[in-house]
Amino acid sequence: MKLELGFIKIEDVVLGSESKIVDGVLTVDCEAVKKLVLENDKIKDVQIDVAKPGESTRITPVKDVIQPRVKVEGPGGIFPGVIAPVDTVGSGKTYALEGMAVVTAGKIVGFQEGIIDMSGEGAKYCPFSKLINLVLVIEPIEGLKQHDYEEAVRIAGLKVACYIGELARTLTPYRTKAYETPTLTEGLKLYPDLPRVAYVKMLQSQGLLHDTYVYGVDAKKTLSTFIYPTELFDGAILSGNCVSACDKNPTIVHENDPVSTELFEQHGKTINFVGVIITNENVYLADKKRSSDWSAKMAEYFGVDAVVITEEGFGNPDTDLMMNCTKIEAKGIKTVLVTDEYCGQDGKSQSLADSNPAADACVTAGNANQVVVLPAMDKVIGTLDYVNKIAGGNENSLRPDGSIEAEIQVITGATSEVGYGLLSAR
Amino acid sequence: MALRVVHYINQFYANIGGEEKADYPAELRVGEFVGPGMALKQAFGEEAEIVATIVCGDSFFAENMDETTAKVVAWVKEQNADVFVAGPAFNAGRYGLACGAVAAAVKEQLGVPSVTAMYSENPGVDMYKANTYIVPTKNSAAGMRDAVKKLAPLALKLAKGEKIGASCEDNYFNQGVRVNFFEQERGAKRAVDMLLKKIAGKPFETEYPMPSFDRVAPNKAVKDMSKATIALVTSGGIVPKTNPDHIEASNASKYGEYDISMFNDLTKDSHETAHGGYDPVYANDDPDRVLPVDVLRDMEREGVIGKLHNKFYTTVGNGTAVASAKKFAEEFSKKLIADGVTAVILTST
Repeated sequence: MKLELGFIKIEDVVLGSESKIVDGVLTVDCEAVKKLVLENDKIKDVQIDVAKPGESTRITPVKDVIQPRVKVEGPGGIFPGVIAPVDTVGSGKTYALEGMAVVTAGKIVGFQEGIIDMSGEGAKYCPFSKLINLVLVIEPIEGLKQHDYEEAVRIAGLKVACYIGELARTLTPYRTKAYETPTLTEGLKLYPDLPRVAYVKMLQSQGLLHDTYVYGVDAKKTLSTFIYPTELFDGAILSGNCVSACDKNPTIVHENDPVSTELFEQHGKTINFVGVIITNENVYLADKKRSSDWSAKMAEYFGVDAVVITEEGFGNPDTDLMMNCTKIEAKGIKTVLVTDEYCGQDGKSQSLADSNPAADACVTAGNANQVVVLPAMDKVIGTLDYVNKIAGGNENSLRPDGSIEAEIQVITGATSEVGYGLLSAR
Repeated sequence: MALRVVHYINQFYANIGGEEKADYPAELRVGEFVGPGMALKQAFGEEAEIVATIVCGDSFFAENMDETTAKVVAWVKEQNADVFVAGPAFNAGRYGLACGAVAAAVKEQLGVPSVTAMYSENPGVDMYKANTYIVPTKNSAAGMRDAVKKLAPLALKLAKGEKIGASCEDNYFNQGVRVNFFEQERGAKRAVDMLLKKIAGKPFETEYPMPSFDRVAPNKAVKDMSKATIALVTSGGIVPKTNPDHIEASNASKYGEYDISMFNDLTKDSHETAHGGYDPVYANDDPDRVLPVDVLRDMEREGVIGKLHNKFYTTVGNGTAVASAKKFAEEFSKKLIADGVTAVILTST
């Protein structure tokens, strides 16, 4: 399967009365976006705003970050099974808007949404502070249940991202990159001497607002399965979860899947990257056993020599991480894990809830319990009402001057367990 | 004004002599720098000066550890040091222990930052790495240049009171504290690079060494329970009333062995919990809730089990070090086997 990704650079985003992209400037027709969002009768209102890197702006409570993309050639469309009809994506040609994102904000559960600061200390930890963010602050109708609110916000964000992405359909990318995954048998013929590598990607699926969707299917109701990495680049996997902001994978991270991208860099040179095994992180022991058995079985069947395994979330999923690792290592397949740590504010406690000697190669995205002070910002998009309640905050987090003292856990994407960022620990 | 450094070295590096001079008593040489002090002085440049060097024979230190440590601490205080540097000790065991001991004492007693340097297998590393900064060196003095190159910048940073980065950034043995920092490459790239090394069988360094959990595979199932002798063992802290052996409420240093042959039922009058990690109300009200003697007596009577062992073993699992728990179990499991116990029911809290 071959996908050509074209990148359209966005240098500025302005709100206006017509939607267009001209010379790298995205103009957004606010009325059109508002109409699109309000198509859902569960949404009462939406505020649209733009936050740019370097500004004294804080966005919170952040729900998701989405990169607008458009499918210009090949079957299917972006976010298949959710926005586009179900059809196998991942081949043909797709354009991505680089340098900007759609950010959805709203109080869904009130304790697991995050903060994006566009400047200051928080911006160092947040990969999305470097983007021009088109922010949708979405207000539900009264009495709407949290899971319905989550779904409404999720779909609204995806719809707006596709609407924006569509504006790029006729543009010319400033750079393109082709990604190709041969079939198993082709791969064996093409690279007979290269070690075979797969990526085992664990999807957050603890339920109760801890969900991820694959082609529209709730991942907790799936068995571990195979997916081409380029399907991810077309939005086949998207986030529907409210876990701690620092180590959830927002949709933009799935679209730009960092491990697949890095494995593609080595593909055909040092390794044969055979594809992605997706597996879930359910809460029941039987599910954990079944899913990890299954991912190990697939790794064995694909005849891989090594895998990268990544986690999403912490605590309970640490057991899935260790099960995947030990079962895959037991088949003689080498593993490298990517996780983050919760070793206390003093860094002295045990970092993971589970451990195994087989996990001898581990990349860490840092200690999520580290305390930072985020300076007050001139502008707040959303509300500071929940800063003290979100995971990583405490009753004294929000200070009278508007600054925040909290764990980096509160910062969206700070300790990405798919290796999206630079943060680490020793 | 240059920052003030006090440097500690042994008799060998002070050019006094080798093993035959190891009994050389501790002395303070104000305004002097010797041996590795020369290289350090050069590396410090204008920023810091070695205001005094303390010289002490390794045997002398080992034989007079407490007095000598106290003396060194007093000298460092007197010299008003901004940082205390000891060594490098490379792979010299006694020297490493001395460097670690004095560096740790200066830090602890004076609050003056301290740093030393030695080889990873020097016993001083494991003993003192949590209490002072220890820079890794090669295993012999041939690594002096490299050692000073890492030691001097860290000493300067400490003297200036600057924030010390993660162990891999500022070159010291991890102190058992996880410290965040930003890498040059993103995590995904680092993972793939590590994987390539692992595939090729090349050395790689994990970013998070897993704590080793001692996992014990369960024994085979007991075939005939009606003939089995079952013992009760708990980390839930159930003890005879008044806790006669004073098992600690947290981080227990001992376990208890108590006779239950005369009990069909534990009551609030006969037993209680010593555990400080949970609400004891319900355990104290009916200790069978944690140590189910009553149910096992029923089973004994009904012939479900052969018999309940006449003793139980107990400790408090609240913040108790794994090493202690392991030691307890190694002891009492031998007793259980010697007493012909078939199987054990372990209860926690």
